[in-house]
Amino acid sequence: MILDIYSFSTLTGAIDKGLNSAMAPWLATLLEFVIVGVVFLIFYALLGLFLVYLERKVCAVIQNRIGPNRVGKWGLLQTIADLIKLLMKELIPIKNADGFLFNLAPFIVIIASFMAIAALPFAKGLQAMDFNIGIFYVMAVSSLGVIGILLAGWSSNSKYSLIGAMRSGAQIISYELSVGLSLLSIVILSGSMQLSTIVQSQADGWWIFKGHILAFISFVIFLIASTAETNRGPFDLAEAESELTAGFHTEYSGIKFAFFFLAEYMNMFIVAAIGATLFLGGWMPLHIGHWQEFNNIMDYIPSVVWFFGKTFFVIYLIMWFKWTFPRLRIDQLLNLEWKYLLPLSLINTVLIAFIALMGWYF
Amino acid sequence: MTLNLLMFYLLSAVILGFSVMTITTGKMLRAAVYLLFVLVATAGLYFLLNYEFLAAVQLTLYAGGIVVLIIFSILLTSHISQRFERPSAWKLWIGAITLIGGSTTVLWVLLSSHFEKAATVTELPVDMHVIGEQLLGTGKNGYVLPFELISILLLAAMIVAIVIAKKEKNQN
Repeated sequence: MILDIYSFSTLTGAIDKGLNSAMAPWLATLLEFVIVGVVFLIFYALLGLFLVYLERKVCAVIQNRIGPNRVGKWGLLQTIADLIKLLMKELIPIKNADGFLFNLAPFIVIIASFMAIAALPFAKGLQAMDFNIGIFYVMAVSSLGVIGILLAGWSSNSKYSLIGAMRSGAQIISYELSVGLSLLSIVILSGSMQLSTIVQSQADGWWIFKGHILAFISFVIFLIASTAETNRGPFDLAEAESELTAGFHTEYSGIKFAFFFLAEYMNMFIVAAIGATLFLGGWMPLHIGHWQEFNNIMDYIPSVVWFFGKTFFVIYLIMWFKWTFPRLRIDQLLNLEWKYLLPLSLINTVLIAFIALMGWYF
Repeated sequence: MTLNLLMFYLLSAVILGFSVMTITTGKMLRAAVYLLFVLVATAGLYFLLNYEFLAAVQLTLYAGGIVVLIIFSILLTSHISQRFERPSAWKLWIGAITLIGGSTTVLWVLLSSHFEKAATVTELPVDMHVIGEQLLGTGKNGYVLPFELISILLLAAMIVAIVIAKKEKNQN
């Protein structure tokens, strides 16, 4: 059977073999690139639409409303209608803006998130690139997104955009430290930066359980800091609607605005997927030590279901933050990072290194 | 192999083209963005060589770190309508002479030296553990002394930055 729901390597292997037997190796490689790219593009667009719908529904539930319910069953087609509206809107050129940078900025933001998504392990045998420095690569390319935000704010030649971009830049640069340190604790425990090895190292239990309270602390730090990294509430001062109109993308309209919007939701997905992969085992089913029967029962649930289940659980947590907490001020935001989160994550990293050295984890 | 070569030429063209554009553009932020393209394409070269660690370091340090700092300082100091002044004629002449001298030296060294193609290409897997142990090693090829020296330098720089940025206590 070609499509094995439990391991996708048979499917990808069959495609690879079929292409290589039908044409020259270089053409097959090129065609595989195109196939992977198109699959990711479609995935990206559909997931973005679904996440916007999900956010509106979650927000509605939290605020005791119904949410979108007119277009399609349960309002499922609402975001598609919104997308068509955005596509047909006029792209307004700004007279005194730097045109080249103004048009380049949305692409930098979206390419950064697109590059990060390529390294995620979606299921057993379903990963586009498995670098031996996987998690470092994801951190590196996702740090490029802030450049797009800064450029968008400056080239719009508007004070709202500039203030939004400066806030966003300060925020992302500061919180990147805590994200990196909290991820480092899992790298220390699993002894590898390769995402597939990290997932495999959780075959006898997820790191959030195996790493005692310290791994849980780094998970909480990771959640807080990555919520700030994705510019989402309660850390959304970069686009604080009530003070800055829309922050760095005030001057954008139509599809260019949609790019920022989409990239923001995809960044949330990437962050949630990284959190799920490192702390909650990725596509690895819930295994407990040497309980062989229990582990076998858990293996009946396909790995792709586990991955998306955990990822959407983390996404739900992040959305829950946004609709529960009020927005922070910029000084509160920077105090939280530099005076509390950073020292805490530094101490936590040292302690994790100590328990990893002594072997005091399961 | 042909695809690798094609990618190499593509990345080299991007690096060369944007390097020239970085120094010829009249707008400061555009120069920074062209520099970003050069640095990202250099990371691409490292990826082409299967040296992913260095590529990711290049992306984090140069593209994600230094260029962001450059852009940040431009954002704080320069206005969108600002342009570079055209350099005076004698500066252009000095620049041109330096360019010709430098490039002929580099080309002469490159073309006169004999590159031997290794008969058996042994691919060295770059293990993270090796890099980590060498960075903090005290024995042969250990880098612990430079590592610690740089740490002290960075710590001093950070303390200085805090002291400069600290608000003066009100005198009265």
